[in-house]
Amino acid sequence: MSASPLISLSGITKTYGRGHAAFQALKGIDLEIDSGDFLAIMGPSGSGKSTTMNILGCLDTPTSGSYRLKDVQVERLERSQRALLRRHCLGFVFQGFNLLPRTTALENVELPLIYRGEPASSRHEAARAALAQVGLKGWESHTPAELSGGQQQRVAIARAIVTRPEVLLADEPTGNLDTRTSREIMELIVSLNEKLGITVLMVTHEPDIAAYARRVVHFVDGFLESDERKREIL
Amino acid sequence: MFWNTLLLSLRAIRRNLMRSFLTVLGIVIGVAAVVVMVTLGNGATKSVSDQISSMGSNLLMVMPGQRFGPGSDAAPSFKSADIDAIKSQISSAEWVAPITGKSATTVYQSKNWPTVVSGTTNDYFHAGNWELSAGRMFTDAEERGGKAVCVIGETVRQKLFGRQNPVGSEIRVKEFSCEVVGVLKSKGQSGMGSDQDDSIIMPLRTVQRRLTGTQDVSRFTVSVRKGASIDAATKQLTLLLRERRKIGENEEDDFRVMDTRQITQTLTSTTKILTMLLSAVAAVSLLVGGIGIMNIMLVSVTERTREIGIRLAIGALEREVLLQFLVEAVVLSSMGGIVGIVLATLSSMALAHAMNIPYLFDVKINLLSFLFSAAIGVIFGYFPARRAAGLNPIDALRHE
Repeated sequence: MSASPLISLSGITKTYGRGHAAFQALKGIDLEIDSGDFLAIMGPSGSGKSTTMNILGCLDTPTSGSYRLKDVQVERLERSQRALLRRHCLGFVFQGFNLLPRTTALENVELPLIYRGEPASSRHEAARAALAQVGLKGWESHTPAELSGGQQQRVAIARAIVTRPEVLLADEPTGNLDTRTSREIMELIVSLNEKLGITVLMVTHEPDIAAYARRVVHFVDGFLESDERKREIL
Repeated sequence: MFWNTLLLSLRAIRRNLMRSFLTVLGIVIGVAAVVVMVTLGNGATKSVSDQISSMGSNLLMVMPGQRFGPGSDAAPSFKSADIDAIKSQISSAEWVAPITGKSATTVYQSKNWPTVVSGTTNDYFHAGNWELSAGRMFTDAEERGGKAVCVIGETVRQKLFGRQNPVGSEIRVKEFSCEVVGVLKSKGQSGMGSDQDDSIIMPLRTVQRRLTGTQDVSRFTVSVRKGASIDAATKQLTLLLRERRKIGENEEDDFRVMDTRQITQTLTSTTKILTMLLSAVAAVSLLVGGIGIMNIMLVSVTERTREIGIRLAIGALEREVLLQFLVEAVVLSSMGGIVGIVLATLSSMALAHAMNIPYLFDVKINLLSFLFSAAIGVIFGYFPARRAAGLNPIDALRHE
């Protein structure tokens, strides 16, 4: 266990809208996440789990409270500084895959490296390695339309891990996939957590998907209701 | 960073080939239409002024009466003596060519052709910049003696002689026969649309004796020496003629002196107005091309918004995304502009050739339409992207 956690949220609130139309999605969240953990965030829709995920992913800012990621006070950062934090520390996997259409798997995976300014040769190499890691060796020149849902999600995972991020954020990663493919994707995510030590934060509403995690938190109505440790961090 | 942006832009263009193609096409058509219209208009204007200056740019045309055109308002004609007086008294007059014309039917063997017979002197050829394609001009003896000789225009040569060599042949004009001594080089249509090659030139005295039966000269042209003032020559000429025609101080001139500049201005201003009209029509097509581009860009805004969301989520900075879209728009619209200009150059060359007018490359209109097309591309490609890049990445990703 490290002395200070990788991520710490304290007193996070998030309000959408103003006045009478105001809606408080988060009503004070305190959460600490250690490096190497695999956290599943569960809860019914409207419980605030996706809002929390967006704040953790530096895609959205809290209305109040403090969010520290690796000694960086995220709530104080500018828009562009948050973009740089995403670029260097975070990887995203979405329910809808969110790959660029009509773009080959290799070019999709290369994208974050281009923004990092990697030279072409090491960029190609890293992207190929990441695709091989998710089991898509030989599919580099296929476009999303030529890939199955499971394969598209693998490309998305490859794109998320190609920069060697410390944290992988997965928002309903199996939401669009059938049971068998879901299991394969979850096994892939588990292996990334175990073998590469990537901290995984995952939103899901399916208990059997959450069962792959080491720790499961439940959100209800903007509050953190329960926090359950299933397996220790390696 | 710029190379990376360029790479991203080029990949985006390749990924959306159809959209890119349509964008480029809109600009190509607009630019090409404007450039072709303006280029052809300029060529037509040039061609008109060339034809007028082929008559000689420093000519004064003198005719009796104040009306412009055929028919006389009872003003007396000029006499051969007037011509001699002008030659001897006006130093800036280089050539003075009297002209007396009459239409007549000409016959050679079985062919006949109605044309205009002009009686004049060798000065006519010099003043009007006429060259001979065959034969010779008149000799002094022929001019003084009023011999039955003629120089024929190219159209007359074609109609009467076809492929035969006309020089030395005898043609019949009205009741007398006449030897062809020379053929004029073709000048084509005049600025007013009449065929300058459809005429027969004879010595003045020949026409006076055998066709008109008078000593009159119906009009004459004076070519002003290079460097001499045309206005001054006009004034001298007017004074001399008033004196010779005994016009009192308070009376109006009973003749008219026109210089070619006036005619040039009248005719080129007409073609310029036509060019402007055509260009206005072409500008509408450029605008329509722009609206097409706007359409294409707006239709794809949903997909592009999601794309921007993806890029932002994986850590692209707002300005990197914007720069990419800007480069993309600039590349596409300048490509369209360049292709449009190349297409316009080729087709206006071909059209100018077909219409028999000179091709003139107009830097200004090429530059202007290029910049306009670039502006359209940038405005419609860049500004929708700017709105999207200002969104929260999450909202951009969820854009429907």
